[in-house]
Amino acid sequence: MQDVFIIGIGIHPFGRTEGLTGLQQGAYAARQALADAGLEWPDMQFGYGGSDAAGAADAIVNELGLTGLPFINVKNGCATGGSALIGAWQAIASGQYDVGMALGFDKHPRGAFNALPVEYGLPDWYGDAGFMVTTQFFAMKIQRYMALHGISPVSLGRVAEKSFANGAHAGHAWRRSPVDLDTIMQSQMISDPLTKYMFCSPGEGGVSLILASEKKARELGRDQIRIKSAVVRTRPPGSFEVFAPSIDIERGGAPTQLASKAAFEMAGIGPEDIDVAQLQDTESGAEIMHMAENSFCADGDQEEWLANGWTNIGGKLPVNTDGGCIACGEPIGASGLRQVYENAVQLRGQGGGRQVPGEPRTAYSHVYGAPGISSVTILEK
Amino acid sequence: MSSTAIAEGVFEIHPEPKLIGGRNRQSGWIVFPCPADPEHWEEIDLPRQGTLWSWTVQRFRPKTPPYKGPEEFEPFAIGYVELPGATIVESRLADVAFDDLRIGMPMKLTAVPFTTDDEGRQVMTFAFIPDGKA
Repeated sequence: MQDVFIIGIGIHPFGRTEGLTGLQQGAYAARQALADAGLEWPDMQFGYGGSDAAGAADAIVNELGLTGLPFINVKNGCATGGSALIGAWQAIASGQYDVGMALGFDKHPRGAFNALPVEYGLPDWYGDAGFMVTTQFFAMKIQRYMALHGISPVSLGRVAEKSFANGAHAGHAWRRSPVDLDTIMQSQMISDPLTKYMFCSPGEGGVSLILASEKKARELGRDQIRIKSAVVRTRPPGSFEVFAPSIDIERGGAPTQLASKAAFEMAGIGPEDIDVAQLQDTESGAEIMHMAENSFCADGDQEEWLANGWTNIGGKLPVNTDGGCIACGEPIGASGLRQVYENAVQLRGQGGGRQVPGEPRTAYSHVYGAPGISSVTILEK
Repeated sequence: MSSTAIAEGVFEIHPEPKLIGGRNRQSGWIVFPCPADPEHWEEIDLPRQGTLWSWTVQRFRPKTPPYKGPEEFEPFAIGYVELPGATIVESRLADVAFDDLRIGMPMKLTAVPFTTDDEGRQVMTFAFIPDGKA
């Protein structure tokens, strides 16, 4: 296996863009990534890409040119972007190709996702009765976690406060104004214990990364950011997942724990070696639980971490430096690649007002989604 | 007005409300609802009492489709209830103020009105309510 480098990054701002399809936002990101790498579309030997709700990614050839390249569509829920990256990484790591593209984009209608039971192998009555609502799951998972591990509601608020503060400095973020803790705590309760400002919203956006072999990256003078690991895992027995009519009394692990462990093993480093992290924050509670599931702290320690600002820019482990899903929204197909984009920005030292001080050298990204999948990527400068 | 259960074969109202789960014939693993695979799964009546494992309140009307509740929406509590020796089931919670919900509180199964179907029948859904006797 040969090493793989990220040599170009591009993003279409997240949020709402009237008049542009999801695919067009993907094409915008792709052109930006190509320009960043100093390459052109015909230089791409292959592509991997996907969206959840905005159509097939291989239609990108209509936007960028009919070069005949192989382009593999990926559809893997919230791990769509992460899986596209893994596909592209493998294609180069295996020695088959020297340079190619990972692409993710999406465009969701307003409001909560309206999943249908049949798409998840569930009986109709489950949707009829009002259980097909993702926010319920996130609320019940953090509700129990708070009771077991002594996390207080103000910690949920602190996560969101940090997200909006960071998002204000990210050109690609959707929500770009700071929101104070009181406003977050007093905002409309959506699904107890989570208020309106603690949730991310489905949105739109596109991200593209250009990957290359070490030889090609050196040739282009862009051999700075190395992919140390890229893994995806499905759920183990006894995990607690979205859309579950029943769960086992005997509790087990989580897909995130499997993906995290595998990624650290592959990279040959541990959580203490990570300088900056992007963790799936579908809502505030998810970021808190994922800090522990990814082994950055013990269950319950988040209370102290957040009270002391240790996940802020400048803290001992800055988390979600561009405001994460809470400030950027969640276009499913693009979201996982946004995290890797942000990590590349941080490693290059181009974060501006949100730049992690001290020249970070290692960066971690993590996505989690239905029906129990997780993807982790570790980059190193 | 006649009544019907939201999911026949999964939730029965008479003679008293019960949920029907599935037990794996080989491993003994218990799930809810019972998978439609009689070769590997046998139907079993789940315990009617348990303890609250987690909860939240659905404060906005879920999207239709798939939600079939009445247009006029009232927030409702939902939760997971641990049924000892069986499984932890997801259910609506009723007869309790939202502020009084506590993880670990004893709960028991009942049937509550959900909506009225196209044929004018009252559709009943399952719910757990605080179990004062425990």
